[in-house]
Amino acid sequence: MEYSNLITKLLEGNTRAAARLITIVENDIDAAETIIKSIYKSTGNAYILGITGAPGSGKSTFISTLTNTFIEQGRKVGIICVDPTSPITGGALLGDRIRMKQYFTLDRVFIRSMANRGQLGGLARATEDVIKILDAYGCEIIIVETVGVGQSEVDIFKSAETVIVLLVPGLGDDIQAIKAGIMEITDIFVVNKMDFPGADRKVAEISQMLELNSSFKYQSNQLREEYFKLVAWPPEIVKVNSKTGENFKELIEIIKKHIQFLEDTGVISNYLKNRIKSETLQILKHKLQKKVEDLINSNQEKIEQYINKVIEKSLDPYSMADIIIKMLGIEK
Amino acid sequence: MTEKRKIKVLVCKPGLDGHDRGAKVLARALRDAGMEVIYTGIHQTPDDVVNTVIQEDPDAVMLSMLSGSHNAICPVIMQKLKEQNIDDVLVAVGGIIPDEDKPFLEKHGLKGFHGPGTDLKTIVEFVQNNLKR
Amino acid sequence: MTETNEIEKEKEKWEANILKDAAQNERQKSFRNLSDIEIRRLYTPNDIKDLDYANYLGFPGQYPFTRGAYPNMYRGRLWTMRQFAGFGTAKQTNQRYKFLLEHGTTGLSVAFSLHTIYGVEADDDKALGEVGKEGVSIDTLKDMEVLFEGINLSKISTSMTINAPASILLAMYIVVAEKQGHTPDQLRGTIQNDILKEYIAQKSWIFPPEPSMRLIIDTIEYCAKYVPQWYSISISGYHIREAGSTAVQELAFTLADGFGYVEAALERGLDIDDFAPRLSFFFNSHNNFFEEVCKYRAARRIWAKRMKNKYGAKKPESMRLRFHTQTAGVSLTAQEPENNIVRVTLQALSSILGGTQSLHTNSFDEALCLPTEKAVKIALRTQQIIAHESGITDTVDPLAGSYYVEWLTNKMEEEAEIYFEKIEELGGVIPAIQANFFQKEIANASYKYQKEVENQEKTIIAVNRFIQTEQTTTPLLKIDEKIAEEQVNNLNKVKQERDNEKLKEKLEKLKEAAKSTENLMPYIIDAVREYASAGEIINVLKHVFGVYIEDSIF
Repeated sequence: MEYSNLITKLLEGNTRAAARLITIVENDIDAAETIIKSIYKSTGNAYILGITGAPGSGKSTFISTLTNTFIEQGRKVGIICVDPTSPITGGALLGDRIRMKQYFTLDRVFIRSMANRGQLGGLARATEDVIKILDAYGCEIIIVETVGVGQSEVDIFKSAETVIVLLVPGLGDDIQAIKAGIMEITDIFVVNKMDFPGADRKVAEISQMLELNSSFKYQSNQLREEYFKLVAWPPEIVKVNSKTGENFKELIEIIKKHIQFLEDTGVISNYLKNRIKSETLQILKHKLQKKVEDLINSNQEKIEQYINKVIEKSLDPYSMADIIIKMLGIEK
Repeated sequence: MTEKRKIKVLVCKPGLDGHDRGAKVLARALRDAGMEVIYTGIHQTPDDVVNTVIQEDPDAVMLSMLSGSHNAICPVIMQKLKEQNIDDVLVAVGGIIPDEDKPFLEKHGLKGFHGPGTDLKTIVEFVQNNLKR
Repeated sequence: MTETNEIEKEKEKWEANILKDAAQNERQKSFRNLSDIEIRRLYTPNDIKDLDYANYLGFPGQYPFTRGAYPNMYRGRLWTMRQFAGFGTAKQTNQRYKFLLEHGTTGLSVAFSLHTIYGVEADDDKALGEVGKEGVSIDTLKDMEVLFEGINLSKISTSMTINAPASILLAMYIVVAEKQGHTPDQLRGTIQNDILKEYIAQKSWIFPPEPSMRLIIDTIEYCAKYVPQWYSISISGYHIREAGSTAVQELAFTLADGFGYVEAALERGLDIDDFAPRLSFFFNSHNNFFEEVCKYRAARRIWAKRMKNKYGAKKPESMRLRFHTQTAGVSLTAQEPENNIVRVTLQALSSILGGTQSLHTNSFDEALCLPTEKAVKIALRTQQIIAHESGITDTVDPLAGSYYVEWLTNKMEEEAEIYFEKIEELGGVIPAIQANFFQKEIANASYKYQKEVENQEKTIIAVNRFIQTEQTTTPLLKIDEKIAEEQVNNLNKVKQERDNEKLKEKLEKLKEAAKSTENLMPYIIDAVREYASAGEIINVLKHVFGVYIEDSIF
């Protein structure tokens, strides 16, 4: 097999093999399939932390300090920094390493920058695969970091056991942004830059938001699952100073407490089930889409005929879709 | 459906010089040409550069050097890459590189040597045409 | 009023009868300067009809100083011809200084090696390849003694381009002078000491903003008391411009930094009239001739108004902005480097017409290497020719009253005011730095400029127009790689010979003082006197202050 050499090295903890395999799964989904199939048994040992926060919230410094705390405990840490791809050029500028390179040695911390390459579901898939590679490589803690709080972030964080949202005193609109998407899946709110004026006010604003939100959710069936989580695990709020490391001990305690909670309540196995479900769904979507595209490409004449029929109104688009599904060999 | 492979480039400023206008303008130009660009920031030691190359696995490394330390720093970077058996990455240096230093740097495997006033397009094409994988 | 109406009417007539189709047949659709300000075809008295002479211009040497910092300007004393120089070891640079002094330079300007600027010793890993390359390598007092050997420090004025470790280098200078038998009050010169622009543009920072500001205010306070002829800070737009800003941004951001220092010093409890006369400025001179002239004139006016109206300065010297100029390093091209001589001449001219107090003209070969002696001499000669042959220095502010120049001076001021408002909205200059406001503005401007050059919207001769393929060769100055070795040996020797016990005690005292709010200058001077290296002092301070880490802003 083409990748067996790299995979053997990966499982031995070889950094370059990990890096190269990540490049491969990022770029080639067929290769990703082969690779993940053969390393899957060696995954499942890492604890995954999702971290997000608006630009200016000091994410990178926060992650640096948090990572340092983990290293001091003898852990091996993987960090995946996701930055947006420009929708116009398809390129991306990945600059998060700048603030993270300090003090880290190669054998304890693996940092990888990723562009989100648009938001057509591809990101979640690639991130899942990258997490698995870092897991198999031996990272005990994997931090997934993203900017912004859009739908694609919510998708990424489906893989995370603990989700941390970073806020700072002063920035007025960050609470609004959270309400618009990620509040329901946040386990720990961290107010960074606690030495700045307004830190306590920010804490108050978050508690207020959470209270309002719990009454809202009470009436909402769709969010029952999150509501369960909210009641059983009322999100914690903690102030820290990433520059001095102040309150990081407390933060680590909260993270530990959260892990304990997940295990005690069995929520962690629910998470895993959900994760597998959504991941499989992603893969299925992708595979089916590919099958449909292949089918359409190899039956262009026939499809053309159907399209003409739709134009003539002797067929409608729904019925045409049914026909294609039949052609795939799937019964409606 | 195989996604089209993206070119991934590392833009670095080794040494102590902080004049990063050129490096940043270049990073943006490469981004605008559809590449994924990792900017490491200033004050990179050879070990920093090599560690980043190992983890990020880029197709190309662009070193921006203006302070005259290229002859001392670049060969060390190349040596350390070699020790890691990294031989499929394009390593280019640009900035203020006197003509007479080019043969020495070429001997160590460096390419590029784009100086002040070079068209960004030229550098973008240079990257596209000189990749080793 | 009737007069301006009359002109307006005449202008309309002129447009209809004389200008006619020529208006459609111009080389460009619009003409814009480097700050993207649209330049009109023609300026008339109507464009400056609100200009009140007494309030906007006044007389030179008098509020608001638009026409010049001093009453008779270059008729009295020419600007200081100060060529920035430094490379290799202290011994080599000492020789270059003597060469410059022999050829008529009137002030020294020290370029330090990057490792000195960044506060690490010559044998640090980070200093690999940097020692003596871009400036003179200084580790300890011993190096400074050699650097100024045979140069009487009570007779010359010295500018030192040093920022994060400025207090340390000033301390060394004071001690060297002391050993030559001079007292601090005899010393004239400048330390750059401007950390804000380091965060904004040049990036030779060490500590985070707050402790850095404290060190700066410490030096300002110390100089006001003990080194009264010293300019304790040179608030610099040069690097902001070199990082790719426009002229308006250079003007606005530099003055905003200035306001930041003034406010910090006032907060310390200093009296504005005690320290403000010892603040100085440092601007860039780029290619667009009139834009540069107007930038300097606007800078003087803005500064005077603010100092008087906002900060309550009483002494005219506190309101008078004085500045050093360096021609734009970024404007030099590696292609046909001799053309740079002409660029530098025009840039020098605009700074002189803008009323600079001192000037560094770049050497034509600097896009290729450190300047050779021949290139340095031409650069100095350029200044001497303007000063002594051109007649430009015979009258004060000769461009005043030009409709265009006065209009553009007003315009630059207006545009700068817009930036001041934005900075104020962000909470002042340090919060704006922390929000990466300046960094983003500059990154956008520099990318835009580069794109315009590539699209030939901006012309650079021999780069994007009139390109010649034939290569010319220019002799280059090479720095011997052995210099690092030599410097490390110097450093080790000093470390063996000094009284290490005594030094340890002094460094311990410095550390304690750093934790308090005491002025650190006396402690730094004590440590320097015991031959502490700049790197050792910085390490002590890093322990207390922490270090700064940048964000990535494109």
